Amino acid sequence: MAHPMSPPALVRPLPDDDQTDGGRRRRPSPWHFLLLPLSLLMLTPLVWMVVTAISTPAEARQFPPSLPTSIQWSNFADVWTGSPFGRWLVNTAVVSIVVVISNLILCSLAGYAFARLRFRGSGLAFMALLTTLMVPFQVVLIPTLLIVKSFGLIDHLGALIVPNLVTAFGVFMMRQFFIALPPDLEEAARIDGASRLGVFLKILVPLMGPPLATLAILTFLSIWNDFLWPLVAIQSPENMTMQLGLSTFQGAHLTDWPLLMAATLMSQLPVIVLFIAGQRVFVRSIASSGIK
Amino acid sequence: MAPIVLEGLRKVYPGKQPVVALEGLDLTIDDGELVAFVGPSGCGKSTVLRCVAGLEKLSAGRVIIGGREVQELPPGRRDLAMVFQSYALYPHLSVYNNLAFPLKERSVPRSERDLEVRRIAEMLELTPLLRRRPGQLSGGQRQRVAMGRALVREPMAFLLDEPLSNLDAKLRTQMRAEIAEIHRRLAITSIYVTHDQVEAMTLGQRIVVMRDGRLQQQGSPAEVYENPVNLFVAGFLGTPSMNLLTGRVSQGELTAGPLRLIVPGAPDGDMILGVRPEGLIPATGHDDGLCLEVVVSHVEALGNENLVHVRVSGSDEAAKALVLRSPPRFSPRSGEHVLVQVDPSQLLLFDLRTEERVPITGPVIASGDRHTVA
Repeated sequence: MAHPMSPPALVRPLPDDDQTDGGRRRRPSPWHFLLLPLSLLMLTPLVWMVVTAISTPAEARQFPPSLPTSIQWSNFADVWTGSPFGRWLVNTAVVSIVVVISNLILCSLAGYAFARLRFRGSGLAFMALLTTLMVPFQVVLIPTLLIVKSFGLIDHLGALIVPNLVTAFGVFMMRQFFIALPPDLEEAARIDGASRLGVFLKILVPLMGPPLATLAILTFLSIWNDFLWPLVAIQSPENMTMQLGLSTFQGAHLTDWPLLMAATLMSQLPVIVLFIAGQRVFVRSIASSGIK
Repeated sequence: MAPIVLEGLRKVYPGKQPVVALEGLDLTIDDGELVAFVGPSGCGKSTVLRCVAGLEKLSAGRVIIGGREVQELPPGRRDLAMVFQSYALYPHLSVYNNLAFPLKERSVPRSERDLEVRRIAEMLELTPLLRRRPGQLSGGQRQRVAMGRALVREPMAFLLDEPLSNLDAKLRTQMRAEIAEIHRRLAITSIYVTHDQVEAMTLGQRIVVMRDGRLQQQGSPAEVYENPVNLFVAGFLGTPSMNLLTGRVSQGELTAGPLRLIVPGAPDGDMILGVRPEGLIPATGHDDGLCLEVVVSHVEALGNENLVHVRVSGSDEAAKALVLRSPPRFSPRSGEHVLVQVDPSQLLLFDLRTEERVPITGPVIASGDRHTVA
């Protein structure tokens, strides 16, 4: 009990736990009535995939769909034993990781150049770069195939890596980041004696965490889930990536849906884990960079 | 430490409509001198600093620091240090590493580097903060770290770009005194850019007034304040700014509103009469012919003095607002008619057309018996 002569409390009462969570309001909003059913609707395919992955083929073909009577863990084992799933996983991981790393390095360097270096034709070059963003991939599919073929990379993992080493989207995104960054830090470092590359490596790279994380996630997702380009560039089963390999579960007359869904579920696990791990950085960076 | 010579500096930003940011600037800054550049936004004062630092490429001219031409050298090889308005502290580095950065870039051995950083930290009372990041510091502490980073390697010259403008009034006064003390102790040649004339007047051993990329006047603070070369300098320096009355000189007699004055040496023509607020004094009864009757608009009581805003009555043209600085005991009511005396020694004359100062070669006296207006 407070002393009758005690001064008025200077400390604000703690916020009610029911009302806030780390500063965010948790009160129900009318939007929730719309958003919750929409979220459930969007989760439906995922739930259906999980349910099918643990069903028997007969249960999978039932309509209306129902929960399996017993969980068929064997579907997951069958995927590994009945197909070169491990090889596809390694192929996809190699391609994705190499492409992500090269994009982080090359896109940030090119973005820095477009944002900070004044050179003749930089505006024109940047416009040309932006224009490539507006051309659908299907339009450049054949020219890309011819170029890759001339490199002798057809049916080789290099065919999936080389065309994606640097992307126009990545350069654009990193340029936007550098433009938003006040130049004072770089100027201070240059006066302090750092070279251009020194400024980039010692001052800018440590500040590039959020945009690099976003670029990494976006690039990883697009490469991991890419189907069309691997379909054109790869023929041998041992060089296939995950998405291409999944298509082999689909036959002309018969599809083993539980196996296909079990493989799909396993192929999506790394992506889901990556997104959950990086979603806070991802959302913040997308919001701050003005890129959607 | 070294003198800085600026010769014919010209900077044009190209474009469809090229912008001339600097035009023909010539200036010599002596060894150990602190020169304050002052002027309104866009006058080119920061461009001078950036050109000296090497952050902008000059369109023409030479920058000579310590006898060495540096305009073609990159910023890092000019041996300068700069304090930015935003402080530009490296956010991912601790205070210690921020201070050590310039030394690391110059490959100073670790032990020597450590000694230097600790010496500067001691001097600027930053020792307890060495492990903190810039984000964990107050505005004043950040400012001090920025100063420390500039001082740590003892540069030939020191460039300060509005270093106090992000601080509150109290802290600004304190830091101003600290900068003055550091400069007095180290005597490093310094260029200080500010739009705050109080900073310029109190810190600068010499001040340079800029306008539209051109140097308007340079000199000691007192000299520039008391003897402005043109109307711009007269109006820019001083708070409140100089009182201005339009008038006309004919055969050595100036008529400006109700005032009729003999102005020896002034040519005939339209003129502007300028008098600082401290040049208008509440009259003590005796009128020597240099008095004005004015109507009080309002009084700003600042504690140590009052700023009395008045209007000259009796003349359509010169129904002008004037300000006089008075002791706190002089505090008339709004609407009150009071008599103020013009200090003839503080009268300045400017040509209305050219805005240049017109010299007065002798003492100013009243041309009639009595010039007060009822």
